[in-house]
Amino acid sequence: MPPPNERDPLLEISGLRTHFSTREGTVKAVDGASLTVPRATTVCVVGESGCGKSVTARSVLGLIDHPGKIVAGEIRWHRTDREPLDLAALSPTGPELRSIRGREIAMVFQEPMASLSPMYTVGDQLMEAIRLHKEVTKDEARSMALDLLRRVGIPRPEQRFGAYSFQLSGGMCQRIMIAIALACDPALLIADEPTTALDVTTQARIIDLLRDIQAETGMSMLFITHDLGVVAEIADEVVVMYLGTVVERGGVDEIFHDAKHPYTKALLGSIPRMGAGTRQRLTTIRGNVPHPSDRPSGCPFHPRCGDAVPGLCDVEEPPEVVFGPARSARCVLHAMERSVR
Amino acid sequence: MLTFIGRRVLYMIPTLFAISVVAFAIIQAPPGDYLSTLVAKLQAEGEQVSRDELQALEARYGLDEPFHGQYWKWISGIMFRADFGQSFQWNRPVTDLIAEALPLTIVLSVTTLLVTWLIAFPIGLYSAVRQYSVADYVATTVGFLGLAIPNFMIALGLMYFMHSAFGMSVTGLFSPEYRDAPWNLGKLLDLAGHLWVPVLILGTAGTAGLIRVLRANLLDELKKPYVVAARARGMGERRLVVKYPVRVAMNPFISTVGWVLPALISGEVIVASILSLPTTGPLLLNALRSQDMYLAGSIILIVSVLTVIGTLLSDVLLAWLDPRVRLGYR
Repeated sequence: MPPPNERDPLLEISGLRTHFSTREGTVKAVDGASLTVPRATTVCVVGESGCGKSVTARSVLGLIDHPGKIVAGEIRWHRTDREPLDLAALSPTGPELRSIRGREIAMVFQEPMASLSPMYTVGDQLMEAIRLHKEVTKDEARSMALDLLRRVGIPRPEQRFGAYSFQLSGGMCQRIMIAIALACDPALLIADEPTTALDVTTQARIIDLLRDIQAETGMSMLFITHDLGVVAEIADEVVVMYLGTVVERGGVDEIFHDAKHPYTKALLGSIPRMGAGTRQRLTTIRGNVPHPSDRPSGCPFHPRCGDAVPGLCDVEEPPEVVFGPARSARCVLHAMERSVR
Repeated sequence: MLTFIGRRVLYMIPTLFAISVVAFAIIQAPPGDYLSTLVAKLQAEGEQVSRDELQALEARYGLDEPFHGQYWKWISGIMFRADFGQSFQWNRPVTDLIAEALPLTIVLSVTTLLVTWLIAFPIGLYSAVRQYSVADYVATTVGFLGLAIPNFMIALGLMYFMHSAFGMSVTGLFSPEYRDAPWNLGKLLDLAGHLWVPVLILGTAGTAGLIRVLRANLLDELKKPYVVAARARGMGERRLVVKYPVRVAMNPFISTVGWVLPALISGEVIVASILSLPTTGPLLLNALRSQDMYLAGSIILIVSVLTVIGTLLSDVLLAWLDPRVRLGYR
């Protein structure tokens, strides 16, 4: 196997706009987001609640709930030895997208307990995932399922196979969901806040498991989270989103040590630090994320930005300033710096 | 599972005992008894009843005994001899009267239940999956009309329509020539030909209700994360909906099985009277009016027993179908 090329893209999202038309007006949940997931790489998408991370992830597989719709943009899926496919152009209910879901791109969700139906055993749902895409007999599927359960670190898999979701802990359920996702050896795993609903120790174990599996299989991961601690653990590259757009992209070290965008800096500044003194107040980002239907003009972050330039940031859409192949920020400050240089 | 059923059967015993006492007490509660009704009737016809005659009758019917004496006489007869006592009004054993009316009542209620399910299930399913479509609005409108119009109104309307348009009489369950005939194929076909009218009328409200319940439940279930998760692993929409959300939304269908019989007997007396159906509803109504206490008490008791059994059945079915019930989730 040739060594994976660092910039060999697997998934390329460009100019994605996913809008929800409601009676009160159009909610632009994702409004021009672009990001790339290279092969064998973990890309973390971070941002506050309501910044469009989840909708971006779900747009990839066409899992947007009514009345949401992809209105513009491309989601290019690069398959080995085949022409890239634009997933955004496929019908969300059509057979092409269905054959990609679970087989080429799998997904793990935020609420592991609720993501499993309580009416069927976890083994039944795991076997279903296998049999949807592979032509195997029930017995073969069963032994494959048991292997998967072993692989995701479930003790006594034969017993757990016949258990129902409500008999298992949240961490166990998430392991089952990961086993379901791995059923067909996907090239990309989308993990939508897979550890948010779990307690801290379980979180760490699930993160370790995902990282090990990623290293072992060489699949890519698109990891959605709002937890910068998780990002530091698992990410190769980081995409910072704010109000439906990508404000900064970069390698994990570049983001943590050399953040360019004021929003990224503010996010990093709001992490509590050990030894900072108990009397020290935690830095917070001023204000709240505005509702996507009520998007500020110009740079969406300007009302909360300490460095905002009046007359510029509230008027002009900031340009994307590219620093390298996988490094960019969308901020006028850097654009000005550039032009001065 | 066996312990579950065993425990439920044991619970039935005190329940049934309580029901029998309450049923008997309620029938005894209004002032007077069958004899006062009889005397009033005889007086209205111009006859006089002497005190001696009255006492003789009281002794004969056991009406001079205290409440617990009368109750014991009744319940011991049922328990040890399957003898439900004598109907004063009909002057026949209660057992015979019930044996005539009850099977038809059960046939009617089971048929109504099945028809209700057959109509409500696909409509409710469609209404939820295609929410706010034209067909959903039509189903909703018809459903609310079915819920809002009293059943006896529908019965009267249908009778009038069938008579004026086709000159057909839609009352009863049998044509006159079969009414007292022994059971044969002709009588069975005749029953089938008559049965659809009460089934249709009695089923409307239930169908409308079930459509609403199924639609609401299914709409809730369709938004659950496990539906999205199943979709995300590449499952086809049709198979997905039937396998996951519909399974859960089925529960109200099963849990209402036990209520069908009491609803039919207590709620639909008016319809049964209008259509002169030979079911237990009108029989019970007459028994209550003439204070024919053994007949009324026995009907209430038997219906209660059937209801308790029906509830047990639906609970067992529910436990069989829903692992959360079976394994005592929360």
